[in-house]
Amino acid sequence: MNNTKMVPVPSRSIIPERDSDKAPILEAFNLGIDFGGLTAVDNFTIAVGRTEICGLIGPNGAGKTTVFNLLTNVYQPTRGLIMLDGKNTTGKSTYQVSRMGIARTFQNIRLFSKMSVLDNVKVGLYNSTKCSFISSVLRLPQYFKSEKQANEKALELLSVFDMESHAYDEAGSLPYGAQRRLEIVRALATNPGIMLLDEPAAGMNPSETWELMENIRKIRDKFQIAIMLIEHDMNLVMGICEGIAVLDHGKIIAKGDPEQIKSNPAVIEAYLGKKEA
Amino acid sequence: MSIKQKINRLPVFVRALIISVVFAVFLVVVQILISGGTISGYISKIIILVGINMILTLSLNIATGYLGQLPLGHAGFMAVGAYTSAIILRAVPADSAAALFPVTLIAGGIMAAIFGLIIGIPALRLKGDYLDIITLVLGEIFRVIITNIDSVLGFDFTYGARSLKNIPKVTTFIGTFLCVAITCLLIYTLIHSRQGRAILAVRDNEIAAESCGINITLYKTLGFTISAFFAGIAGALYASYLGILNPASFGFMKSIEILVMVVFGGMGSMIGSLISATVLTVLPEALREFESFRMLVYSLLLIVIMIFNHSDKMKRFKTVAIDKIKAVFSKKAVKGAENEQH
Repeated sequence: MNNTKMVPVPSRSIIPERDSDKAPILEAFNLGIDFGGLTAVDNFTIAVGRTEICGLIGPNGAGKTTVFNLLTNVYQPTRGLIMLDGKNTTGKSTYQVSRMGIARTFQNIRLFSKMSVLDNVKVGLYNSTKCSFISSVLRLPQYFKSEKQANEKALELLSVFDMESHAYDEAGSLPYGAQRRLEIVRALATNPGIMLLDEPAAGMNPSETWELMENIRKIRDKFQIAIMLIEHDMNLVMGICEGIAVLDHGKIIAKGDPEQIKSNPAVIEAYLGKKEA
Repeated sequence: MSIKQKINRLPVFVRALIISVVFAVFLVVVQILISGGTISGYISKIIILVGINMILTLSLNIATGYLGQLPLGHAGFMAVGAYTSAIILRAVPADSAAALFPVTLIAGGIMAAIFGLIIGIPALRLKGDYLDIITLVLGEIFRVIITNIDSVLGFDFTYGARSLKNIPKVTTFIGTFLCVAITCLLIYTLIHSRQGRAILAVRDNEIAAESCGINITLYKTLGFTISAFFAGIAGALYASYLGILNPASFGFMKSIEILVMVVFGGMGSMIGSLISATVLTVLPEALREFESFRMLVYSLLLIVIMIFNHSDKMKRFKTVAIDKIKAVFSKKAVKGAENEQH
């Protein structure tokens, strides 16, 4: 790709070697949003490689979730441009962007809590299930075929997290950790090119977090997708992320691999404050 | 897994067969009792009214129970269906009215669905209380339009407050309950499908549904339109049941009456809707001996049943009872399987 002119150098620096010959799955150029007079995010520029795991970190209130909401078009950006798989997403609604290949989980779990675990995943499969309204209501052969395919696919996806045995439980009755995992499975079901995870390890104990790290890697390897995550657990972030962007007061203050971030004085200042003279 | 699927699938067909046989027997037996005169004309009228109210409750249940909205103008869609069917039936020769009734029934439903669509597109952009209020207002607008349209048009069309009279009374017991069965069946198949899952997903979490690629505006409108369609069918049945239509009977109180039935039966529960429509139609009739205290007793009973029905003890009792019933059936199934093996 010869769009290097458009992309500032720092955004490229965190794409891993193996993805460097392919166009990035997600690019954001000078993204910004104002809420009234408040600038929540400004000058946000990033490029994410095809199979990259990258992290978005920063102190509370830095605007990390706002970035996710911008990338999935829940908020329309005031400034800037998002390219998803080389296609501009400006003016698209959230469901259209989802069909273009971006999936996400939420900081506060948003499952379809009164539906079964299997049905939650099947809602994720909505766009890959082909069954017209008439076939559904009149139970034509297309219905049985598509339901069979959806069931098989959903169980297969659930098996990534060993959750097939809970397939017929009510989603709201699952333990907290399982609900978080189900959200990831549901996001995977939409067949994304990139998956955004908003604090996937929140409320998990160290062994669950470790398991989650393994699973995130496993998902990346198996489905060959990019994963971008917001997380406060530095062990997880430093452990699996290949590129990290640090956000403070709505601006990116540092980008790089985990080692560079750990030793970056601007990052240390954002988290711990300025060293007194 | 394939064996598990087979076991899962088989009972659905068996159950469907059992239900349709039981239903057919019910239809035939009650019809024989009615034509034989064992069930009086008064009671058979109430039975038909129960059927109409069942369809109304089921239809509002789509919008409240499955879609998670709270429209307060449901009687308006019922009125559209009722007047559409009634006006067509009055225009055709009287002897062909009964034969044409299924057509006018569907015409009433489709007309109500069109109005549902026209109203749903702007109204469903609003949320919560605002949607409730706008549907309430639109329901009233329907009623006022039906009352006054004749003086605007300059000829008799709905006959306004003078009532639309001499509608062919072609609503029968069997016809009504066949409509109930078809309504149940279509709603069931809709909800247990790709489209139904999308509707339930919108109810449970709009933001998550949208991020799964579901066009929430489309499914809200679809659910609302289907809800209006079945209300129109119920209205058409109601018109040919009474033989006379007055706009005053489709006011705000009628909408609330339907909503009470839905809430009473439990939102999103089909069996609950059927039971509550039955109880709340029969109850006011059974209380006629209280004369002037009738509505007082009715309200009191409603409050008591609501409290009782939603108390923790009652909920526990229900789960235990359902488990016991299930246990009985599974034991029978196990025994049946053992017998087959021997």
